[in-house]
Amino acid sequence: MRALTKKNLMILGSILLTFIIVQALLLVGILDSFHEITISTICINIILAVSLNLVTGFTGQLSLGHAGFMSIGAYVCALISMRMMSTQGFLIGVLTGALVAAFIGILIGIPTLRLKGDYLAIATLGMAEIIRVVFLNLEITNGAAGLNGIPRFTNWLWLYFFTVTAVVLINNFIKSSHGRACIAIREDEIAAESMGINTTKYKVIVFAISAFFGGLAGGLYSSYFYFLKPDLFGFMKSVDILVIVVLGGLGSVTGSIIAAILLGLITTFLQSFTAVRMIVYAVLLVLIMIFRPSGIMGSKEINDLFKFRFGKKEERIE
Amino acid sequence: MDQFLQQIVNGVSLGSIYALIALGYTMIYGIIKLINFAHGDIYMIGAYIGFAVTTYTNLGFFPALIIAMTGCTVLGVIIEKVAYKPLRNSSRIAVLITAIGVSFFLEYTMMFFVGAEVRSYPSLFTKRAFNFGDIVINMQQIYIVLTAVALMILLQFIVHKTKTGKAMRAVSVDKDAAQLMGINVNTTISFTFAIGSAFAGAAGVLVGIYYNSIDPLMGMMPGLKAFVAAVFGGIGNIPGAMIGGLGIGIMETLVSGYGNSMYRDAAVFALLIIILIVKPTGLLGKNTREKV
Amino acid sequence: MPLLKVEKLTKSFGGLTAVSNVSCYINKGELVGLIGPNGAGKTTFFNLLTGVYVPTSGTILLKKEGETIRLDGKKPFQVTKVGLARTFQNIRLFKDLTVLDNVRIAMHQNVRYRLGSAFLHFNKYHNEEDVLKAEADRLLEIFKLSNKKYELAKNLPYGEQRHLEIARALATKPSLLLLDEPAAGMNPFETAALTEIIGWIRKEFDLTILLIEHDMSLVMKICERIYVLDYGMLIASGEPDEIRKNKRVIEAYLGEDVSNA
Repeated sequence: MRALTKKNLMILGSILLTFIIVQALLLVGILDSFHEITISTICINIILAVSLNLVTGFTGQLSLGHAGFMSIGAYVCALISMRMMSTQGFLIGVLTGALVAAFIGILIGIPTLRLKGDYLAIATLGMAEIIRVVFLNLEITNGAAGLNGIPRFTNWLWLYFFTVTAVVLINNFIKSSHGRACIAIREDEIAAESMGINTTKYKVIVFAISAFFGGLAGGLYSSYFYFLKPDLFGFMKSVDILVIVVLGGLGSVTGSIIAAILLGLITTFLQSFTAVRMIVYAVLLVLIMIFRPSGIMGSKEINDLFKFRFGKKEERIE
Repeated sequence: MDQFLQQIVNGVSLGSIYALIALGYTMIYGIIKLINFAHGDIYMIGAYIGFAVTTYTNLGFFPALIIAMTGCTVLGVIIEKVAYKPLRNSSRIAVLITAIGVSFFLEYTMMFFVGAEVRSYPSLFTKRAFNFGDIVINMQQIYIVLTAVALMILLQFIVHKTKTGKAMRAVSVDKDAAQLMGINVNTTISFTFAIGSAFAGAAGVLVGIYYNSIDPLMGMMPGLKAFVAAVFGGIGNIPGAMIGGLGIGIMETLVSGYGNSMYRDAAVFALLIIILIVKPTGLLGKNTREKV
Repeated sequence: MPLLKVEKLTKSFGGLTAVSNVSCYINKGELVGLIGPNGAGKTTFFNLLTGVYVPTSGTILLKKEGETIRLDGKKPFQVTKVGLARTFQNIRLFKDLTVLDNVRIAMHQNVRYRLGSAFLHFNKYHNEEDVLKAEADRLLEIFKLSNKKYELAKNLPYGEQRHLEIARALATKPSLLLLDEPAAGMNPFETAALTEIIGWIRKEFDLTILLIEHDMSLVMKICERIYVLDYGMLIASGEPDEIRKNKRVIEAYLGEDVSNA
């Protein structure tokens, strides 16, 4: 088995260790249900940020509509699991939601991904707004009042499982030839096309993958917080996700994870200062952009930093 | 038919407000390629300044308009100096996030001081209305449209007949070349923010009159729609922003009047996407080709 | 039929005709030069061949395995797929990526594994990635870039960036290689080294090459035939000796001494 390298075993070990530690802390009660909400939000945000990073950070296509895909996953999952109140129903809901989101992603992507830069940003923003207005007006989604009483199946175990899976799959994709093709599009679209890369095809593929995981996160969200309304998925939500991505560093998976954790902790900490919470958040945002515009990690991954520390020799080995 | 004309009249007055905001968007985008998400919030601040002036002093519409415009001008220039200028050479997305940060800052600082509740604007005009057949045009609408038109004429004059206007046009075409020709780029950018913000302030007062209510988050949606208007007309293009603003305003009132007003916003964004797909540079935008 | 056959190719931008009614051909195995003063339309001609621009009129035909393929109207990635590769006049490397990744990206069209393997890193993925890396190493070896394969492309010296562009183009496995001013900005030593490499890869990879170049000594030395463009029109074609003596060519260059090169 090629997968059983020393590096992969170490990663697997730390994934299990993280799970066991958190699980133990939850069982002993050092982490209470309030902390659990923070942890769950962080997990969902990691999936959202890493999937958006794939489009915006790695492929260079600025999207301001990620919350739209999240809402599709959330509503589809909610509607299915409300009719099939079982773990199977929940799983079917989450996966169907993700698939529907991916499908809508393709439908939206084909016409809009020809646009570049800010035009694409504004078109994706528009798409997300349209999705929101549709949910606002549909009968089955109960309009502005929203859906209540969605069965709660998401727990720490499922969240952790889905988060790790999403991150590993996206990371694997980036490390493949297909992923490199996407990065080439970000670097220089004309050169990429001249090297035989069908840029339109890859943009749509990446958009669909990103929408899939966005939808997955939405499904988990709906099943964890058991309440949905269209206003949760407005422009603000898309911006929140983008902020995590930029803060962590465009083109850095570990950066997105670190930023999601950091922002989750900051938000929890600020919870007790409701009045000034958003003001502090806004000021932080501006300051970070002024003093570190490339985000926490830039486009590096955390293991890149270690490579430098442990001498040049290892750095040269893939 | 009469109802249709009535909707057009309403649309034109709403549209001229959008056009005023869109002008600021388009000028700022034209000069530093930034979607200034804080622009909608400057317009909100303008509305509040107008509210404060007319409620707590006995000044009328025009003094309120002037004070709001001045206040927003100062605010716009300060924002540019403090938040955007340090990022002149950073990636576009970093500046975009900064703009979003500034937007949040304005919204929630305002909320902190004045509270989140909706306030009703004092009525500044007589309830007089003119009837043309079945079409009613009221005093507010006349003032809104006349103010907007006057400001737009002023803008055209500044951009095309003054030295500063020439500098603005030069910087928007090529910042580096303009600098080499002895144009003070920083001053020109500040000036652009000043004008854009002043217009947003005026739009804020006008919208207070039009909708009769204001709140700290009122800038978000109109801000986005005004940006859509700017894109619709061809971003960076001043007449385009005017046409785009009017177009969006009319469309909105028509959708509300004949269809479902719940779908109003969706219609605006659907139009945007169709425009972008059919003619990505907007109605009056110019095509630029990347040199290979 | 020759390998590449261009018939009455025209491209206008608004009122300006950048390439006007150009017909030419390249036989298999030839090394052909395309010269002309600045703004003559050479790069536009390349952009037409590679699908970056769509021709206003005219046809481009390529022979591949006995079949004739029409290139005009194809997108750049499709053109690359049938065997045309290019370098850029103003170096368009993937600057923030490593030298190795620059080459591996160009190999993408020959990758067989699909998205499933990409996501799950099946054995197929590992096997193919190993092959890719070995092939990339071989190419980098040729251009003496092996010891720099983990450097970012933007950190290479200028001459090596030009080399990397050629290596990257070769990675797409072309039958016809288009080089857009490969020696621009190089000193005489670097140019000499480049000349040698071009000759070598031509044999090694069984290539046909079309070359735009300003350096007359390079063109006259290695090209077997030369086409001359001026104001978008073909004003001369023939062997280097004929071109050297051609009156219209000398006039077009006016002052640039072709005959002494």
